[in-house]
Amino acid sequence: MDACDEPDCEETLKELHVFLDEELSTEASASIKGHLEDCPDCFGAFDFHAELKQVIRAKCRNEEMPPGLLSRIERCFDTDFDGDGKIG
Amino acid sequence: MADQAVFADQAMQYAPQLFAAAMRMTRNRADAEDLVQEAYLKGFRSFHTFTEGTNLRAWLFRILTNTYINKYRKKQRSFDESDLGDIEDLYLYKRMGTFEDASIGRSAEESLMAMLPDDEVKQALEDLPENFRLPVILADVEGFAYKEIAEMLDIPIGTVMSRLHRGRKAMQKALHDYAVARGLQREDAPQ
Repeated sequence: MDACDEPDCEETLKELHVFLDEELSTEASASIKGHLEDCPDCFGAFDFHAELKQVIRAKCRNEEMPPGLLSRIERCFDTDFDGDGKIG
Repeated sequence: MADQAVFADQAMQYAPQLFAAAMRMTRNRADAEDLVQEAYLKGFRSFHTFTEGTNLRAWLFRILTNTYINKYRKKQRSFDESDLGDIEDLYLYKRMGTFEDASIGRSAEESLMAMLPDDEVKQALEDLPENFRLPVILADVEGFAYKEIAEMLDIPIGTVMSRLHRGRKAMQKALHDYAVARGLQREDAPQ
């Protein structure tokens, strides 16, 4: 019998993303963790999505700051834009 | 009350993160630079409203997100949940076994990092309609909690969760389509 036909598997896969987002209650999270330890099929899905999440994060954050942007922003902090006598 | 003089010291360290998020939001460099600069100026001006000891990074991202929405949202029609179509759960996972990296002869699962080029991952995210793109950027790229995202976007937590769910699946389908287009699918793979 396919392990993922069990009700625990269905529940685990349904909650997998919320579990990965660390948004489940302590109790629900512990129950999923327990199931993942016993079920290689669900663990495979978990492992894949955990890695996918890391890859998306790393790749989408990989952006070179334009040269000069920082200093341009910092120069703004010294400028009284709205002419109210206060900087900013 | 937070002091404006402290702002530059504490806030500038987040500029690279804000810029990368702005790139994913606006999808072009010039707009991203303008957006980050505008967000910092707004933050600087309203820093007196920031409660010291709370999360400055979240506060800055909230300003960035609001500035983006106010400035750029009108340019696009808004999408509703049904626009992404019905994509099955675990879309990419169920298909990964059918890929291999031909150049090194290993299975795709061994390294998603090597398997998915930066440009394709960025493109898959940037191609999401804005309603879905913003929650995915804030959750998956920036790691904010559902509650923080709900506050930033002014939508209920349940809506954050359903948009994340659908947005992620659409992104996975796009990543799969790119991989197929690159010929990464094995010849014996089911179509």
